Amino acid sequence: MKSNPWIYALLAATALAGCHHQQPAAAALQAKAAGSALVVSSGDRQTGVIGSQLPQPLVLQVNDSQGNAVTGAKVAISGPAGVVFDSTQVLTDDNGLATFKVQLGGSSGRYELTATSQDAQGKPFTLSVVELAVGYPQEVGREVNDKYCSRCHNPDSSAEQVSNYDNLAVKPHAFTSGDVYNKFSDVDLTNIITHGGPSLNRSALMPPYGNTLSKSEIKAVISYIRLVSDPPYVAPGVAYDKR
Amino acid sequence: MQTKNTSFIASLKAFLRDPYRVFGVVSVILLLLLTIAPAKDYFSEWHGFQRQYLRFITNRGDAVTLRRHFEGGIQQIWIPKLGVVDRCQTCHVGLTEASLYDVKEQPFRAHPAMPHKLTEFGCVICHRGQGAATTVKEAHASEMAGEEPILPTKYIESSCGQCHHSALEGTPKLNLGRVMLSRYGCVHCHTVTLPDGSKMQATDDPPPLTHIADKTTREWVYAWLKDPVAYSATATMPNFNLSDADASDISAFLMANSKPGVGDTMAVAETHGPAPDPTAGASLYGESFCASCHAAQNAAGNLVGGDLGPELTRVGNKVKPQWLMAWMRNPQKYDPNTPMPQYRWSDAQLKTITAFVMNKSDSDYMANVHLQPATPAQIAHGKALVVEYGCASCHEIAGVPKPDNFGPDLTRIGSKPVVQLVFLPGMEHSLPAYLNQKIRQPRSFGSSFRMPRYNFNTNQVEAVTTELLSHTDRSFDLPAELQVPTVRETNYQPAGHAGQLMTDLNCFSCHRINGHGGDMAPDLSWEGTSVQSPWLDEFLKNPNTLRPALIRRMPKFNFTDAERKELTDYIMNVYQNPAFLRDEMPATGYAPDLVEKGRQLFYSKYACQSCHMVNPDVDKGYIGPTLTKVGSRLNASWIYHYLKDPQALRPGTVEPNQHMSDDDARALTAFLMMQKSGSKGAK
Repeated sequence: MKSNPWIYALLAATALAGCHHQQPAAAALQAKAAGSALVVSSGDRQTGVIGSQLPQPLVLQVNDSQGNAVTGAKVAISGPAGVVFDSTQVLTDDNGLATFKVQLGGSSGRYELTATSQDAQGKPFTLSVVELAVGYPQEVGREVNDKYCSRCHNPDSSAEQVSNYDNLAVKPHAFTSGDVYNKFSDVDLTNIITHGGPSLNRSALMPPYGNTLSKSEIKAVISYIRLVSDPPYVAPGVAYDKR
Repeated sequence: MQTKNTSFIASLKAFLRDPYRVFGVVSVILLLLLTIAPAKDYFSEWHGFQRQYLRFITNRGDAVTLRRHFEGGIQQIWIPKLGVVDRCQTCHVGLTEASLYDVKEQPFRAHPAMPHKLTEFGCVICHRGQGAATTVKEAHASEMAGEEPILPTKYIESSCGQCHHSALEGTPKLNLGRVMLSRYGCVHCHTVTLPDGSKMQATDDPPPLTHIADKTTREWVYAWLKDPVAYSATATMPNFNLSDADASDISAFLMANSKPGVGDTMAVAETHGPAPDPTAGASLYGESFCASCHAAQNAAGNLVGGDLGPELTRVGNKVKPQWLMAWMRNPQKYDPNTPMPQYRWSDAQLKTITAFVMNKSDSDYMANVHLQPATPAQIAHGKALVVEYGCASCHEIAGVPKPDNFGPDLTRIGSKPVVQLVFLPGMEHSLPAYLNQKIRQPRSFGSSFRMPRYNFNTNQVEAVTTELLSHTDRSFDLPAELQVPTVRETNYQPAGHAGQLMTDLNCFSCHRINGHGGDMAPDLSWEGTSVQSPWLDEFLKNPNTLRPALIRRMPKFNFTDAERKELTDYIMNVYQNPAFLRDEMPATGYAPDLVEKGRQLFYSKYACQSCHMVNPDVDKGYIGPTLTKVGSRLNASWIYHYLKDPQALRPGTVEPNQHMSDDDARALTAFLMMQKSGSKGAK
């Protein structure tokens, strides 16, 4: 029996129709204008609790080649598994801003979100934004940091969170300086927090906290330092077993 | 038909006549039946995950270690006293493998660091779900009666709250939810009983409405009832979605029901005199540190100030000047439970501060509120509404008794079965989703619901949901050894005349003494051991701050000399630390070489100057208190014991415990005691 090409065509069309059905209805959102660059307006590098919405929305701006804000450009956003957005694509408002509410996934660490828009020729351009998620140990670390460490290690003093950074003869490093902290092993950091700066031949302005903080709190602070560090901290590889 | 049947029976008979053949066939059938169980096992979901895990670790550097730790088959944590039978580790194979902490593929990620051991508590106590199940769907998503699905990560802190009923490190959401339940008055209407039998107490102070006509106008009450947030962005009163007519009738009833207050409410307003100077008002408002408790919008539209008292941005639209003046003179006369202190202002000062505060108003607010005089029927309707909405659950209203259990009891709300809930169409069928919606939009479940709508943001709604989810059946059924004692507020009250003075001043609104009071200012339980008497006397006369970085400060009260002396004597004699004597070390007379050694220790070994100042020309530390005059402020023995173990004397202080030797502590004490007022300080 000879096969009928029409039957194959019909089958293919049915399959395609089935695929198309899975596309979300949001595809109807049409860009009214196009820009050429995406910039962050606010809301990047926030720290949020796992599984929860970030405290502030992520606001991105679409600019044209002259650097002016573009209204009505379509911005799509995507992130790693577990991240939930209130809407995955929006048009920029009158000020050229696209606003996304972001709910982080269930595991702690860095979340890299990617925003995409298209220029007049339909060529996509993207922007990567990093958000940080704290789990239980990092949250404890953040609380310890806010109470003890940030009194000196925070370069920006504010009325609500006063920092002594400017007045110190030897400047401490902000916890975000990955260039500094990534060179320290966890053991080094534990020592310097427990026994003070002089234990690693550093300044005595760093006092010992081993009698004040518990071991688990010190561990928690280190996990917090590792989380906020920029460039990101990469844990040393697992040691290979010798056969 | 007949022949077919006969031939089949005939062939069966022929077959049965040969026992060898029968035995062979039955054996094959039995063998096939016996393979069903191992096959079911082999093709089971969890077995698939275990095979996937073994493939997953093959290429890792630590494959040998991981394989050595791997045990096939169903893994189970059994804790009889908690009723835990958890087989989660059957699929979550790498749960205790520290090296798998950053693995993205579930179910193989290691559990993040936590304060409890997996083997002591299992999984479902925190995560809910069905521990004994061995399929993903049944373990995670069961909705059957008596079973509960897995708890979303954002509410996970609720599980800590099942055993820990006091504020906890590392659970900001639960802590916030607890504070909100008390602060926003949820527990005025809803009873929440804790496992130890105590009830959650409200920490807010809804004003009594018995004399409300003295305080404000009917127009303001109407506008406030319609939308509290329009008056103040930080209003804790919820929105009842009242119609114009209902709001008008309630305001009419409250005004008609109000009785004139006793005493000098009006008397002060009679004091005539020159109009007060507005700049004097601003400076009096500033030096009284009103902003420590009250917020107000500044010119830039930002809210500045504390949240212990109500926001004052538009208070001039609300209160009557004569009431305000009487209130400032003695707030406890109008509301005996108010946290506001008696400032002991003079009549001139009262006029100044009243004029300044009355000036905080907004001419647009209430501009469109015009109410007709109410008929008796409307007033009666207003009273009916007040009863219907349970206003007296929070406010004291003459003639309307406080209703008991106005809202449903929430004692075990965290274990409420899903089958007892009514969901809206399209809603996720789970208890957390229900609670979240109920808090966010209570009237979405029907217009007949009385619960008002609070002005909460997403995080606040999640915090309250988290808190409510912590009141589970399990928290009541815990074995005695797992129950965490709650830190409870004592009902300490200082006695005598000085005690009355401290009550008038509402010291406990900010200070904590013997486990009772607020946390805005230092704990004074051992103040008498800590400070020197002349310093305390001087401080009460003119409180200057010890910590330059602080925004919230002690206000200046206008004491008489006798009152000040009485308070100083009481504090110096009653608030003593039992561990050591105040005068066991001398205030002066330390050997110069000891002082010098202390100076060196201060600047080099302990680097105290990073947080403290002894010589303001050189030192810059301003995190800790200024120590330029510490020798005239603190007692030597307090300094000595504080240096040895700061947290023993001030629990939770930031000052690190340096494990100081006795000699070092003595030398530093000698050095610090030399820093007296009038002296030049260390060179």
